[in-house]
Amino acid sequence: MKRTTDIRPGDRARLVQVGGERSFRRRLMELGFLPGTTIRLVRRVAVGDLVEFEVRGGHISLRASEATALLFENDR
Amino acid sequence: MKAAAAGLAAVVRPPLVAIAGNPNTGKTTLFNRLTKSDRKVANYPGVTVDRHEGKLTLPGGRLIAILDVPGTYSLSARSREEEIAIQSIAGLDGEHVPDLVVLVVDATQLSRNLYMALQILELEVPLVVALNMTDVLAARSEFIDTAVLSRELGVPVVPISALKGRGLDGLERAIELALASPASVRPGPRWIPDTADLREDVDIVVDALPPDWVRGSTSRARALAAWALLSVDDPDELASVPDSVRRVALARRTIAQSDGRQIDAEIIRGRYGWIDARMRSFMPPSTRGLGVSERVDTVLLNPWLGFAVFLFTMSVVFMALFSWSEPGIRAIEVGFGWLTDLVRGVLSPSIARDFVTDALIAGLGSVVVFLPQILLLFFFIGLLEDTGYMARVACIMDRLMRAMGLSGRAFVPMLSGYACAVPAILATRTMERQRDRTLTMMVVPLMTCSARLPVYTLVIAALFPPTMLFGFAPVQSLLLVAMYLFSTLLALVVAAVLSRTMLKARSVPLILELPPYRMPHWPSVVRQMLQKARAFLTEAGSVILVCTIILWGLLSFPKDGAVEARKQVIATEIAALESGSDVDSPAAQAQIEGLHAEAGDLAGESLRSSYAGTLGRAIEPTIEPLGFDWKIGIGLIGAFAAREVFVATMGVVYGIGDADEESATLRDRIRAETRANGEPVYTPLVGLSLMVFFALACQCMSTLAAVRRETKSWGWVVFLFVYMTALAWIASFVVYQGGRLLGFE
Repeated sequence: MKRTTDIRPGDRARLVQVGGERSFRRRLMELGFLPGTTIRLVRRVAVGDLVEFEVRGGHISLRASEATALLFENDR
Repeated sequence: MKAAAAGLAAVVRPPLVAIAGNPNTGKTTLFNRLTKSDRKVANYPGVTVDRHEGKLTLPGGRLIAILDVPGTYSLSARSREEEIAIQSIAGLDGEHVPDLVVLVVDATQLSRNLYMALQILELEVPLVVALNMTDVLAARSEFIDTAVLSRELGVPVVPISALKGRGLDGLERAIELALASPASVRPGPRWIPDTADLREDVDIVVDALPPDWVRGSTSRARALAAWALLSVDDPDELASVPDSVRRVALARRTIAQSDGRQIDAEIIRGRYGWIDARMRSFMPPSTRGLGVSERVDTVLLNPWLGFAVFLFTMSVVFMALFSWSEPGIRAIEVGFGWLTDLVRGVLSPSIARDFVTDALIAGLGSVVVFLPQILLLFFFIGLLEDTGYMARVACIMDRLMRAMGLSGRAFVPMLSGYACAVPAILATRTMERQRDRTLTMMVVPLMTCSARLPVYTLVIAALFPPTMLFGFAPVQSLLLVAMYLFSTLLALVVAAVLSRTMLKARSVPLILELPPYRMPHWPSVVRQMLQKARAFLTEAGSVILVCTIILWGLLSFPKDGAVEARKQVIATEIAALESGSDVDSPAAQAQIEGLHAEAGDLAGESLRSSYAGTLGRAIEPTIEPLGFDWKIGIGLIGAFAAREVFVATMGVVYGIGDADEESATLRDRIRAETRANGEPVYTPLVGLSLMVFFALACQCMSTLAAVRRETKSWGWVVFLFVYMTALAWIASFVVYQGGRLLGFE
């Protein structure tokens, strides 16, 4: 199991679990953050303390602290 | 009669076509392209979200109404703002069921955009898909087989480029055909709940739905039941969900959870499963390298270079509001001055003439004068939004703004507040949550706006020596900088306090899309700019006008007959002397000067005995502890029209006629003013107290009018006024009394 902090920018990983409160989880899943999906960590945005992901062709930024709700495993 | 009229209205009402889609798909650009005439902006009931509607005549001559549904990633909702999408598309809560939905789909993010297409199909609303950004896709040598996609969805798919205006004829024809045979573009749900458990959940919620939700359609009922299961939460802000539906949906979710099921995930996964199983049939997978936007972002989101670009961009916006608006503002002031002179030349002196010039024209002037800044700010906001840079601003500023309980999007309005609170308050609409908007509106008026500058300039120049501190730092400039820092610091503190008390809200996790950088659609930018200006003129403008008239009444009445008669005599004598042949002789000049001085004294006398004067005296006990006398009290009342009016009002109070902050006479007069015991009224300490008061007090009716427009509530207006005035009083009290305790004068 990996957290976003364990993924290097540019690398892909498979999403295993989406935690956090329900509306956050639901919106993330609707944007494509479904367990089983391969997601690319694009970059960490240091100025705003965010993490940018690419999922289903879209670029989505989450706060680093809130992205801890996502758990990944190595992409097979 | 009534029924007949209603029937007629139903016949006359043109078909309603709703344009829906994810944010950043070019939805608004398409709306602007399609609707060239008869566009109007209203407000969705209960929320401050603009409702844009326009008209279009189709190639076959049929007139249709087009509604721009706010952009959403899905129809599921938690907040009132998100709820608008389902209301507009399913026709709940007073919205008409659209005769057709045009879903704008971003071809570069096809699968995510199709998610919403499935939701709309489930609702059995006729649908046409406008496949946008096909040009971007082609440039990447990718393609979508629209025939296959159309077959799979069961509705027409029309490739377009909203930005370049391509494919619109085809779209209009597709709309025309769809309206002619709606059943053909209403193929029913593509995905249906695929497990017995989920079907049971849906069916039980269906039984609880009210008739106006079901409307005799099983598919629609199931779709709305699935929507309720996905959306209803405890608590949520949804207003259109009846209690019966809410109870059942929550109960089913609890039962599912205890069985180890997640209804949300099952529904969302089901829809994406349908899409993913078919994606390859209409869009071959590609191995694309890094996109242009992603490479640009390695610079623009870079901690050093990106931050430099950010500072530069924001400086340009600020400079525009602060300096570039200046010629426009001056032109408006000159124009209204000219109008005033014109009226004075035509009408003979009377109360009616004063009303026209000093209340009506001055009031209109004080509304119109905001236009340059509003236009400029919304030009830049439109540009930032359209190019995609606004999302990066929100990104970069998120950490700082979050510390105060605000979103990163609050940054641009806060920055604009340094120029003027009014456009800044209008700009809070760029934020999604009403609570974030309200919080920003409550602190923006604390920023040092440009109207405070004349007051600071006058006070600093009159009461503080032009000396250097430590031999190199000019005291006067330092004070001005200190006032800016003071107001900024206080705004941040107030935001932090309010976000933890009155406007306490669960912190909402940030989900921020960084859309690709794009060229702006200029007509859309200009249109938004003009819409904002018009909304301000009509909605906030009327409040400002009424306030100006009331203030004029306070400052001009009651009239003393003898004084008025003497003023007329003086005016006639001055006119006679000035038109006389020996106007340049020293004797005549001295006489004119004497008459002017007397007129000034009389004007001061009138003001001091006006209602405002009486009010100034009445409030004197409350402002005395701040070091202010009743004459300053009159100035404070006059300043309510706009802070800079304080300077001119003080000029009249002291009988020196019209004065500005550079007036040496006014400065001298201020320094010379003494109390009954012979001590000077104005000391540096009083000056400081006065500046602190101006920094914090809500001395601006236009700000209040703008807040009223944006919150749709007088409650927040009252709160803003009361808290700022209280804060101002306390801070000035501390400065003045504290200063005296420390031995300052």
